[in-house]
Amino acid sequence: MKNTAELPDLAQGLLTGARENEQFEVCLSRGRSTTVKAYLGQIESVRSGASQAVGVRIVVDGRQGFATAGSLDPEVLKQVVEEARENLQFAESDPDQGIAIPDGVVPPGLDLTDPAVLRLTAEDRAAVAIELERRCLSSDSRITGVRSSAWSDGWGEFALASTSGIAVQSEGGSCSVGVQPLAMQGTETQIGHAGDAARRPDALDLDRVVSEAVEDATRMLGATKPSSEKVTVVLEPSVAAAFLGTVVGALTGERVIKGRSPFAERLGEQIAVAQLTLIDDPTNMESLGADNHDGEGLAARRNVIVDSGVLSQFLHNSYTGRRAGTSSTGSAVRGPRSTPSVGIHALTIAPGVNNRDELFAKIKKGVFIRGVNGLHSGVNPVSGDFSVGAYGQRIQGGALGEPFREATIASTLQRMLLDIVEIGGDFEFLPNGTGMTSIAIADVALSGI
Amino acid sequence: MSEKMLGPLLDRDLIQETISTAMSKGGQWAEVFVEDRQSASTEFDEGRVESMVSSRDLGAGIRVTVGEATGFAHTADLSLEGLREAALAAAAAAQGGNQIEPVALRGQGASLNRAEILPSTVSKARKVELTRQTDAAAREVDGAITQVSVRYSEGRRRILVANSDGVFNGDDQTRILLSVNCVASGDQGLQTGRETVGYTVGFELFDEYDVEAMARRAARRAITKLEARPAPSGQLPVVIQRGGGGVLFHEACGHGLEADLVDKGASVFRDRIGELVASPTVTLVDDGTMGSEWGTIAIDDEGCLSQRNVLIENGVLTDYMWDHSRSRSARRELSGNGRRQSYQHLPMVRMTNTFVMNGEIKPEDIVSDTEKGVYVAQLGGGQVNTATGDFVFGMTEAYLIEDGRITAPLRESNLIGNGPDVLQNIELLGNDFAMGSPGTCGKDGQGVPVGDGQPTLRVASLTIGGTAS
Repeated sequence: MKNTAELPDLAQGLLTGARENEQFEVCLSRGRSTTVKAYLGQIESVRSGASQAVGVRIVVDGRQGFATAGSLDPEVLKQVVEEARENLQFAESDPDQGIAIPDGVVPPGLDLTDPAVLRLTAEDRAAVAIELERRCLSSDSRITGVRSSAWSDGWGEFALASTSGIAVQSEGGSCSVGVQPLAMQGTETQIGHAGDAARRPDALDLDRVVSEAVEDATRMLGATKPSSEKVTVVLEPSVAAAFLGTVVGALTGERVIKGRSPFAERLGEQIAVAQLTLIDDPTNMESLGADNHDGEGLAARRNVIVDSGVLSQFLHNSYTGRRAGTSSTGSAVRGPRSTPSVGIHALTIAPGVNNRDELFAKIKKGVFIRGVNGLHSGVNPVSGDFSVGAYGQRIQGGALGEPFREATIASTLQRMLLDIVEIGGDFEFLPNGTGMTSIAIADVALSGI
Repeated sequence: MSEKMLGPLLDRDLIQETISTAMSKGGQWAEVFVEDRQSASTEFDEGRVESMVSSRDLGAGIRVTVGEATGFAHTADLSLEGLREAALAAAAAAQGGNQIEPVALRGQGASLNRAEILPSTVSKARKVELTRQTDAAAREVDGAITQVSVRYSEGRRRILVANSDGVFNGDDQTRILLSVNCVASGDQGLQTGRETVGYTVGFELFDEYDVEAMARRAARRAITKLEARPAPSGQLPVVIQRGGGGVLFHEACGHGLEADLVDKGASVFRDRIGELVASPTVTLVDDGTMGSEWGTIAIDDEGCLSQRNVLIENGVLTDYMWDHSRSRSARRELSGNGRRQSYQHLPMVRMTNTFVMNGEIKPEDIVSDTEKGVYVAQLGGGQVNTATGDFVFGMTEAYLIEDGRITAPLRESNLIGNGPDVLQNIELLGNDFAMGSPGTCGKDGQGVPVGDGQPTLRVASLTIGGTAS
């Protein structure tokens, strides 16, 4: 059945069912999304849908139960509360377990509810997807096809309320594009990728998406396997973001308090070169990760994690903060479908001054990493072992040279932080909300022939 | 009829009417996919039950096609009105064909649950006990085990697929997964060991399966790696233990044999049917009917009965895998490979259980025949670029082979190879076939459960992505 009630009212309604000894938290969402794909100049598919979700967390005497469902139907909501209540009976007590308590921090007051995506028509969406494909095909004679050219947009509402007095709500939209052109030369095929995301359609940079995707595919034509040796690598911003995202993952409360981080005992110590400063800053509107609240309804805030190479703080949600003897850093991450974990909202690096070419100019022999794969299979954030598949271009005599592929780069997270030789000045916000630059790291093992 | 045979998830007339609505704007073909998914999990960490979670999803996805254009809409509102709204939304994107009358639904739409003991009928206390038992067995292995986390999860997924060709089929899939992660602490830092068991079965799995032995394997893996040295950097022969490396074939050629990627020119295996693409010892099969394996399904998510498909036979490429839209444009039979993550997703070509059949060599002879190389006992996940065939996969338990013997343990790293090259370079194939661990295959943002398997084998050369020169 349809439930058209306002989410905050629905959440408050559920809270009235909380029993006296219960800490009770309700998280609700509702949204719509549309994805249009084009192929050979026509619409290939249009996918649209509405989704709803509820998550109820109940804590009694340090025992937590949680249940969730993909519906806001009143009957379903009732069942979810009952399930959460039943589940907590089997959990074991942890004195630090519990929902968030308001901490007085004032949210940044960002206006994230730009209604521009609500005005999109079916024709608008299809036109962009078709246009992206057409422009990739016409930009370079070696582009022979496009595997996927897609437009997506969505609008979502969110509400969270709890018996500790938290009551927050938000709504907003976003849109994105992605394209994968195929470049052919002889019998060789290379696939490129590029995309962009924004809160409003006119903020998408289609020119850049096309040129990046086409370059990503064509630059790799003729790539060969490199020799195995220790080299200086320059990670392009999206690759640097993947590397530093893994590092910061090991600096989150849950991993630290449970002894699953190589940095658990290193608070206040120099873990990286002095040029490196890492901040999680959801208060910056320029990042798509910007938000007023975290996943437990506490105010989003700016956290300096690594300050000139020194590990200055770990990220925490309410539970890990209490357990670590400190407090939440507003870093709870979750949707209604899960309990809050700890994570990054908008990781941002403090940029250096030199552009990418100036970084290359200082390197006699090295490689520029355009992309990596196998991050989920070759990086162990507990031991710190880092090994990923990599492709890109050689750097010779201070300039970009021939492309290479079918290689890996390896080191450890701990060593790479100390082997950083330069942070680039080419700062940009990536579609995933990370603010990043290129980074040069010395003494990384390149494996090929 | 067995008592486990349940009737259709939704009323036949309601579905028939929804299909008609979906085709009312000139759609040439329409489909209604209904899904009811219930899952529950228990997280046991740091020696106690951390949380129990239960989850429920019910909804429908409606697809309409005209020519090569597809309209799709999903809804959690299964009332006549909710389905009508979704059907019209899907129809809006696929209009203008000739008026076609849908074929009346045939079949029962019924589904058989093959689990002997439905997990939902087992007490939560029993599931807690199972995780506690697993935790204790891991901790007993060695004092160096400093952390153990155990996760039990169960899922039941009932589906109903109906389309305008008259298909009206259901399935009732029950899956169980138990995983254990251990952290060992030593002088040189932390190491991890992981084991997972998962099948398309009910709770009867634990009547036979030895969870304590599994926990001990995970703990020993972490302990062994405390002494591990950096993996080599460069090319070496690689021996992969049976069941440990089916993911190699999943990545090296499985994805490249998916007809959607082939059709768009994004596969190195395009236009190669009938060619020798692998060592003549290699026969590769994708089989959705395989016992209670993790990737087993009675029907795929387009209502087609799952089947056994030989993809490579004695080294020769015999077929690709297909979904409804690709098989229709190629005017051929379906292969039972149309799958989707949930009712909110469009189906596409996906693997089920993908494996390489036995060769003839004894596994111990493969090791003793290898002068210098790497022995991989367990692989983690992998990833492939289907356009070039380059693929990586992680080794989570590996050793050096020196003078025909397995010696020092190695730290984790990725391996990289090129699919077509690696297939040609399978030089020794063992006679000890085993299926591997349950996996989740990701493609275009959708995850589905898949299985893989292989006998012990040797690849002449792969690049090891370690740091030791």
